[in-house]
Amino acid sequence: MKKVKIYVTLRESILDPQGSAVQGSLAKMGYGEVEELRIGKYLELTISDSARDIDTLVKEMCEKVLTNVVIEDYRYEVGEAN
Amino acid sequence: MKFAVLVFPGSNCDIDMYHAIKDELGEEVEYVWHTETDLSSFDGILVPGGFSYGDYLRCGAMANQSNIMAEVKKAADAGKPVLGVCNGFQILTEAGLLPGALLRNKNLKFMCRTIQLKVENNNTLFTNQYEQGQVINIPIAHGEGNYYCDEETLQKLKDNNQIVFTYSGENPNGSLADIAGIINERGNVLGMMPHPERAVDALVGGADGLAVFKSIVKQWRENHVNN
Repeated sequence: MKKVKIYVTLRESILDPQGSAVQGSLAKMGYGEVEELRIGKYLELTISDSARDIDTLVKEMCEKVLTNVVIEDYRYEVGEAN
Repeated sequence: MKFAVLVFPGSNCDIDMYHAIKDELGEEVEYVWHTETDLSSFDGILVPGGFSYGDYLRCGAMANQSNIMAEVKKAADAGKPVLGVCNGFQILTEAGLLPGALLRNKNLKFMCRTIQLKVENNNTLFTNQYEQGQVINIPIAHGEGNYYCDEETLQKLKDNNQIVFTYSGENPNGSLADIAGIINERGNVLGMMPHPERAVDALVGGADGLAVFKSIVKQWRENHVNN
């Protein structure tokens, strides 16, 4: 079995008000050295070994439903599931 | 004219939509559950607001995978009027029937109040009962209504007069170019964040939204009723 970790983030050009709000809180707490904070999503998929080409599969799922390419970027890592 | 009001798990403006059509307009209307696979007997499709599939993953993303959405695309291709309000607008952008996407409100707050909208284009099948430039009062109720598209798309929307409603005076959610509602290039699919179906009776605060539905019916009758 394979474990796929997918990280979804808002595209760089898009303002992330949630991230800015959290960054503001950190600054108030004394962590003013944080220059930017962006919030994204993490998805974890366990995929059977019998699956077809895993890169094709993951890219297809990401582009069809898991991300909205108008506003989001994604990257993923494939590893062995425990 | 016969309308379909789509119902997804988590839709919550479906009853308002049904009421607007049946009680205020006196037209035919039926609820259609998202697992259905045929919309051919309907003349107009209404995609209501709410929180389809709990807004999991992204607003409208799961609803777009429902059986019924393939039928909505067919109806849109056939030129039938398709109106998506709030979550319905989010679903139509996820489906690619309208360009762009809806982001979290700039101030991160869920907002529920009446705002002012300007009719930017009254030459559509959804707005022919308004005056050009008319300012109307319509309620909003959303947390993710901040319309976004890339520059090229925005230029196209402007060039084709596809921006139908803008926020007037105050932009509540930070949307690009104050956009509150857009139409597709062909002119038969409208998505808007404010809720015209919640403004159809003066008794409950105003009836400025009724003209959206009256416009649809007027245009349909002109095209379909034999003289």
